[in-house]
Amino acid sequence: MSRLRSPESATALLPRDTPVQLVTAAGEHTPDPAYAIPTDDELIRAYSSLVTGRRINDQCNALVRQGRLAVYPSSNGQEACQIAAALALRETDWLFPTYRDSVAIISRGVAPAEAMVLLRGDWHSGYDPHEHCVAPQATPLATQLLHAVGFAHAAKLRGEDTVVLAMCGDGATSEGDFHEAMNFAAVFELPVVFFVQNNEFAISVPLSRQTAAPSLAHKAIGYGMPGQRVDGNDVAALLAVLGEAVDRARAGAGPTLIEAHTYRMLAHTNADDDTRYREHEAVQAWTGRDPLNRVRTLLRDRGLLSDEAEAQFTEAAERTAADLRATMHAEPEVDPADLFRHVFAEQPAMLDAQWRMLQDEIDRTEADA
Amino acid sequence: MTMAGALNRALADALAADDRVLIFGEDVGALGGVFRITDGLTAQFGEARCFDTPLAESGIMGSAVGMAMNGLIPVVEMQFDAFALPAFEQVVSHVAKLGNRTRGGTRLPIVIRIPYGGGIGGVEHHCDSSEAYYAHTPGLTVVSPSTPQDAYSLLRAAIASPDPVVFMEPKKLYWSKGPVDTSLTAELRRAEVVREGSDVTLISYGPSMPVALAAAEAAAADGRSVQVVDVRTLTPFDDETVAAAVRGTGRAIVIAEAQGFASVASEIQARVFEQCFEYLEAPVRRVTGFDIPFPSPKFEHWHLPDVDRVLDAIDSLHWDDAPHSEETP
Repeated sequence: MSRLRSPESATALLPRDTPVQLVTAAGEHTPDPAYAIPTDDELIRAYSSLVTGRRINDQCNALVRQGRLAVYPSSNGQEACQIAAALALRETDWLFPTYRDSVAIISRGVAPAEAMVLLRGDWHSGYDPHEHCVAPQATPLATQLLHAVGFAHAAKLRGEDTVVLAMCGDGATSEGDFHEAMNFAAVFELPVVFFVQNNEFAISVPLSRQTAAPSLAHKAIGYGMPGQRVDGNDVAALLAVLGEAVDRARAGAGPTLIEAHTYRMLAHTNADDDTRYREHEAVQAWTGRDPLNRVRTLLRDRGLLSDEAEAQFTEAAERTAADLRATMHAEPEVDPADLFRHVFAEQPAMLDAQWRMLQDEIDRTEADA
Repeated sequence: MTMAGALNRALADALAADDRVLIFGEDVGALGGVFRITDGLTAQFGEARCFDTPLAESGIMGSAVGMAMNGLIPVVEMQFDAFALPAFEQVVSHVAKLGNRTRGGTRLPIVIRIPYGGGIGGVEHHCDSSEAYYAHTPGLTVVSPSTPQDAYSLLRAAIASPDPVVFMEPKKLYWSKGPVDTSLTAELRRAEVVREGSDVTLISYGPSMPVALAAAEAAAADGRSVQVVDVRTLTPFDDETVAAAVRGTGRAIVIAEAQGFASVASEIQARVFEQCFEYLEAPVRRVTGFDIPFPSPKFEHWHLPDVDRVLDAIDSLHWDDAPHSEETP
């Protein structure tokens, strides 16, 4: 049973001192001996998804201001992480997202309007997890990492080659469930990729209050799994690093922890005032590292992105936004009977009685009206 | 067969009947569980079907969620009542809610086995009665057996349920004996009248059932005809059986070991009042543990409801032959 690693092999698990980068902020390819840059086709596909992802973020922020969404935790600035998470997986692999990962979910094929049901407030989740291999968005921090681990454990026990990608933020790494998930995945050698989007703040609390470790990726070594750091605004590096971890997992080599260094360009949600905890200049400094601009520059310089193609991507993104807007502007029909549905597979008499009471109340209200 | 043996047999039969069933937790493998409920299961069914995890209750519970999402039927052991508390967030926020969140798209057929209650001389954190925490959570089915037969049949029913079931095992009854017919099935959400009587209904469950039955016997010797109802499933509650029983006698006492404030006993008392008020000859009373942290072993006999306390409650129920003190000027 005992098969603990030797201290010598432990250093092989350590992440890089500086995050893996394949495309600089200025859009130049910086070759890396360990990670090949994705193909031109993959980069074009990623860029097109980034354009749509940014548009979705902007549209949802607008929908909050218009009162159509109760809240929107924006991933503006983090779109490269969102897109790479979705593109790194096969269709049959599973994604376990958080509340901030709507763009990743939509990139996995969930209809934008279905992804917004939770935030609009007419149901807790708007899509069938099994239809898109995407778990419901989790609001409590780090809890979904354990669900991902269990899902992967079942896949391993059944001999399936499913890989599970579990997303969380920097704040979630302080939670007990983060530790338990990493430990379970490593002990049982499960096909899980833990993907931390380190955007430097957990609402208002900076990374320095979450950890004293050299990086979040360094935590991996304590569990006996490799950790890696990657530039979270470089979609090429993200695809390469996530892709390698997904391949490792599928080959039966166990879990990996990946920390993407990125930045949340907007407040935590519309209810948050980020001017209370960070300077405008600090935020502005990150605009120079925008994930869309750098891959766009690279593709332009290589002559791979024509004006026509750009126009097509923009148009597709506009269409997605327009569809989302139209659906969100239509007031959703809600059925009070839904209050009692699906609490149990078979409704108990207790809830039948409560529904009859509400139904009677509604009938009398309507009769009075 | 002992209740522990009946539970072990139920797990073995469930593992044999459906290869989606698997068991995991702390010490459930080679040791066979600290109470031996999983004894021999790893040897018989292999490491893939019954295995030890890292020592982490939230990890056990949270990974059970993912396993169930991926088509398995996890039966997890929480070793001791108070040790289940680190898993509480997973139980309340996810286990109980996922079916609802996904509009029935994802059901979680998880069984959470929790040995609970006192009466075994255990030290702090080994004797809590935590059923009310779970019963307060919509979406959970909370079950507690009181006989070896029910332990077998209700555990099989819990494993067969498409919904998550918190299966509260009364520790002090693990070594109690009774006949077990493995061909008998039990229905969840059904209370059972286990003793007929016409003067008063005692309503109880799990660890307090032997107290209720002994009190009924003792009261019968005094000439009272005492009916006893075993609730068996604490939630969703079987109002029909319980209310019908109380309407037949007009008097009721709820007996439970857990501290009484905001308890399952309080809930049953309230429901009986609401549904049987015009039939009642006396207030519905509760006999419960005191509202204190579970005491040290040398104190627990004062804390736990016993036959005398139940008999005193029976005597207080406005009997014509013994008018109660409030009516005396």
